[in-house]
Amino acid sequence: MDISIENIRKEFERFPALHDVSLDIRSGELIALLGPSGSGKTTLLRLIAGLEFLTSGRILFGNEDASHKSVQERNVGFVFQHYALFKHMTVADNVGFGLRVRPRSQRPSRAEIRRRAEELLELVQLPGLGKRFPAQLSGGQRQRVALARALAIEPRVLLLDEPFGALDAKVRRELRRWLRELHERTGHTTVFVTHDQEEAMELADRVVVMSNGKIEQVGSADDIYDAPASPFVFSFIGASNALRVHVEAGRVYLDDRPLELPRTNLPDGPARLYLRPHDLEVSRDEAGSIPGVISAVRRTSGARLIELEIGGRRDRLEIELPAEQSHRLNGRLAVRPRKWQLYRDDECRLAS
Amino acid sequence: MVLEPSFQGAVLAAPARSSHRSPVSEAPATRRVLIAIALLFLGFFLFLPLVAVFVEALRGGVGTYLRAISEPDALSAMKLTLLVAAIAVPANIVFGIAAAWAIAKFEFKGKAFLITLIDLPFSVSPVISGLVYILLFGTHGVLGPLVESAGIKIVFALPGIVLATIFVTFPFVARELIPLMQEQGTGDEEAALSLGASGFKTFLLVTLPNVKWALLYGVLLCNARAMGEFGAVSVVSGHIRGVTNTMPLHVEILYNEYAFQAAFAVASLLALLALLTLALKSLLEWRFADGIAAVRGH
Repeated sequence: MDISIENIRKEFERFPALHDVSLDIRSGELIALLGPSGSGKTTLLRLIAGLEFLTSGRILFGNEDASHKSVQERNVGFVFQHYALFKHMTVADNVGFGLRVRPRSQRPSRAEIRRRAEELLELVQLPGLGKRFPAQLSGGQRQRVALARALAIEPRVLLLDEPFGALDAKVRRELRRWLRELHERTGHTTVFVTHDQEEAMELADRVVVMSNGKIEQVGSADDIYDAPASPFVFSFIGASNALRVHVEAGRVYLDDRPLELPRTNLPDGPARLYLRPHDLEVSRDEAGSIPGVISAVRRTSGARLIELEIGGRRDRLEIELPAEQSHRLNGRLAVRPRKWQLYRDDECRLAS
Repeated sequence: MVLEPSFQGAVLAAPARSSHRSPVSEAPATRRVLIAIALLFLGFFLFLPLVAVFVEALRGGVGTYLRAISEPDALSAMKLTLLVAAIAVPANIVFGIAAAWAIAKFEFKGKAFLITLIDLPFSVSPVISGLVYILLFGTHGVLGPLVESAGIKIVFALPGIVLATIFVTFPFVARELIPLMQEQGTGDEEAALSLGASGFKTFLLVTLPNVKWALLYGVLLCNARAMGEFGAVSVVSGHIRGVTNTMPLHVEILYNEYAFQAAFAVASLLALLALLTLALKSLLEWRFADGIAAVRGH
């Protein structure tokens, strides 16, 4: 099921939670909504589900306008952050709930419902647990029951709100791989919300990066990491450094020193140079390089991190070098960027 | 510095006593005194009067006792009490669920005021609760002439007694449900709706089972109070023997007529009712302890 979100806006008591968001989700795609808390990602998910109503805009399911349809009419599978399993029902009754509450004319027989529930429990690798109650299951198992329950109604789209948020790191990684496999097997159009960038990049076909009720960028993991569309995306995804620089006639200056970067078409004025720690290499202190004073050297598992103070403690640059490369603990060091992004200063202030 | 020796003494003495008591609990003597005070208090104020009721009731023998409670006026009082409870309790179940639902699941203006209003019957003297209906529906009341011209008798009749009872007992169900429903939030209901359940089915299959124990407690307490209410009912009833006398009123009349034994006999029925309610509540708690823990646990 293709889903089109067209210029939607959502306000809670006059407070805007989403402004003018548009997004196209293709049938069978696995999409991650990624952003810090308060970025509007959960609101967007609930709007797609019909658990909230739009202030303005349209949501299309295929060619049909679903904007004013109720959650029941939209036929979506929603997995809640804390699963919301019905505590007084067995696992099998939970999974079969969506079928049991259908109007009599569309309701399968009792035996058929039981068979479907068992089939789904097998799909989520919990065969034979149908007679237990949710309180008797582990967090990871509850998560799977919630997923089986959502799949039971044959939803047009599967929506997951922080699906792994309440689980510990090991179970999280296992379930992540398992969800990806399940998605490939069943082919449901799936949208999930997360604040974990690794989860989003590893699992999703496309990642939607959100901040302050707006979409910052939509793209594959490569797109958002290698070609971030805004300073927010650059600093939110992965490690980053920002250097305050100055643009004059297309050339980039660090204080009075011109940097050896290609000409930019940014207007004259203050700007910021965004750099990843591993995209910097040590160079001789010569024209065009970035010189600094080493303030700390730290060893991580696979690399050596060096902190440089640039322009007399004004900015701090973190450089990641291979662990074999040993380094003095102090003194001067110059670096040269292999990759970078340059943004106008006012853009950066909006982002932070 | 002055404290130091005694502190050391305590540390040295600790290993010998550690098997009996945890380091943060009170000394044995303090504990015994506290328990004794509690038991004496309970015995004097609760147990002794209860025993006295039954002793007095049976003083003249079982025969007199049975005669006192099977006398026509006593039977009529029992019937009236049961009838009033049978109307007031269901009314308060409906009201309590509706109010708890509104308060726990929605945000609206005047919510805090509604919560305060629900508590009103607890803070107002029952006599005033009864008087309100006289002032409203009595012959000289605001709505009195209106209902009288319609041929409806409210004051000094069954409707008045029912109204006063509903007023006095309406916080019980709502007060049990509100905190529980607030704590549970709307997650389960949203899940049911997203699975295609209608609003009514969601209520029946998800909301109601989630609050059933609290609801049952509320109903038990509401019922006990509905049958035992004296003040408010006394004002609106008019004390017409065999017609508008409930059991508590009947007890008072018998007592005022120096028919002590009959008064205590009827009172013992009321006391029995209270004990039965308590027993039922404990039984439910014991029988369904797992279910209650499971629902409250998350």
